[in-house]
Amino acid sequence: MDSNCVKSTHPKAADARYKVQHVTEVEPSVQVRSPTQQALRRLRRDRMAVASAIFLLLMVIISILAPVLAPRDPTETNLSQRLAPPATPGYPLGADDLGRDILSRLIWGGRISLLVGFSAVLVAMILGVLVGLVGGYFGGWLDSLIMRLIDILLAFPAILLAIAIVASLGPGLQNAMLAISIVGIPYYARIVRGSVLSLREQEFVYAARIIGVPDFRILTRHVLPNCLGPLIVAATLDVGWMIMIAAGLSFLGLGAQPPTAEWGVMLSQGRQFIRSALHISILPGAAIFLVVLALNLLGDGLRDALDPRLRE
Amino acid sequence: MTRYIAQRTFSLIPVLIGVTLLVFLVMQLAPGDPAQIMLGPKATETSLAQLRHELGLDQPLHVQYVRWLTRVLQGNWGRSIQLKREVLPFILERFRNTAYLTILAALFACSVGVPAGILSAVRQYSLSDRMAMVLALVGFSMPIFWLGIILQIVLGLKVGILPVSGMRSPERTDLVDLINHLILPSLTLAAGVTAIIARMTRSSMLEVIRQDYIRTARSKGLRERLIISRHALKNALIPVITVVGLQVGYLLGGDVFAEIVFSYPGIGLAMVNGILARDFPLVQGAILLVATSYVLVNLAVDITYAYLDPRIRYG
Repeated sequence: MDSNCVKSTHPKAADARYKVQHVTEVEPSVQVRSPTQQALRRLRRDRMAVASAIFLLLMVIISILAPVLAPRDPTETNLSQRLAPPATPGYPLGADDLGRDILSRLIWGGRISLLVGFSAVLVAMILGVLVGLVGGYFGGWLDSLIMRLIDILLAFPAILLAIAIVASLGPGLQNAMLAISIVGIPYYARIVRGSVLSLREQEFVYAARIIGVPDFRILTRHVLPNCLGPLIVAATLDVGWMIMIAAGLSFLGLGAQPPTAEWGVMLSQGRQFIRSALHISILPGAAIFLVVLALNLLGDGLRDALDPRLRE
Repeated sequence: MTRYIAQRTFSLIPVLIGVTLLVFLVMQLAPGDPAQIMLGPKATETSLAQLRHELGLDQPLHVQYVRWLTRVLQGNWGRSIQLKREVLPFILERFRNTAYLTILAALFACSVGVPAGILSAVRQYSLSDRMAMVLALVGFSMPIFWLGIILQIVLGLKVGILPVSGMRSPERTDLVDLINHLILPSLTLAAGVTAIIARMTRSSMLEVIRQDYIRTARSKGLRERLIISRHALKNALIPVITVVGLQVGYLLGGDVFAEIVFSYPGIGLAMVNGILARDFPLVQGAILLVATSYVLVNLAVDITYAYLDPRIRYG
């Protein structure tokens, strides 16, 4: 039944009104592109961003398939291979001080780092967006209260705040993750609140209010989608930052604990052997660096694509 | 201007109260009974109860907070459990060491970041601009703790010209020795900030050189060098100053990593050791001191900004 509806893949295309509208929209000679399509086109032209996206996708796949791809158990020790250099048979990237395979540990470590980075950003973003939307849209004492609380969180250097929270909850990977999520909240809240403050005064929001659309629907259907651009950019850059800080906390002994195969832990343990076996600490650091670099490149590319005015 | 300073300073009071409250609560939430930690596992129930009473731990939370805050304001920051000495003089000494590191890192970052940003902007899209921006992204993406280890290996161990740990060589108290010890950790710390400053300077400069008064200066026939250094730079650097101020926060936090890698006796090293040893009075003091100094640095930045850009004062 969709055969006469050019290019329509929308699940609701069965809706008669929608179909008519859609057919008239797609004139054969005029190509209509949504802002999202335009942004994607711009992003595709940014070679660095595309390369980064592919690299990150690859890392995600490797992390998901870690149990299949890792040649050995990441915690399996083999003292005969102690400090084996890279390219040792059976140990492509060498072995650490307990003879554990570094490649396998890197693969499993990526799983932790990516999971921590993405989930911490997700938690921070959900809470920050909620707080920012409510404060910005309703204003009044609630907004003042929220902003004061956020000011207090922002009065701490981010890393210090994360350390303070871990100090309170006790060292460990989960607590470190919770800590960096909390640290992230104010940034999202501020971005969203800023956008909401200007959106709130715009005519389409007034119009929605006048025809009696409930606040919740206005917020979710009209206000939030318009804040998405800056949020996506911030989140992309933030995943990198969070991966770095989570690894940093583990490096300090406050996050993931040995013998967990986590990049920060590996780096910290390899540090004792920088004179005899450099690769143990250099490789996990390089892994963090590459992932963070890719996320930053992608974030920059997304920003340019979503808001070409900012380019320069 | 005086009014602006007064206003900004007063607005800090609730923030500072919030900071103390947060620091207090963070340590209250920490698992474990301070009395138990101080007396050790063999303490009897009566001695524990007595110590709890002496420390005021049997009082309601808000009473404890007010008592604690009063003591903090009087300069009594408690005793470190691990070091068995007063917290305040110890962390002040450590903070001074951290300040050396932070200031030197900020100097490095500005002296490289600002000229790099200007050059990039003046020669936009040139090879040097692209190179500088790629380098900036690399610097920004490098974990401090990894860069520290690399510098330690390359400049410290392989080339062997600089000390790789500590703050002073045994039996030396001169400035040269101190600076030698500071170079690697402060370079490590400076990398990310340099990158941010370079990017900020570039975009701010690009914005300024498109403005009418620069076109006027050009059409008057002024030399480009003069236009950039006399006319454009003054305005372009104003937002950069704010960024430098904000980055001090990054330096104060990130400094923990540099201090750990280089075993540098600053406040970050003391704090992390304190956390691992569950020395809560020490940790509490260190966090409070760093956060307060960050708030004050931000105040100084705001005031400088308002002084340089009158639009802020009357905005």
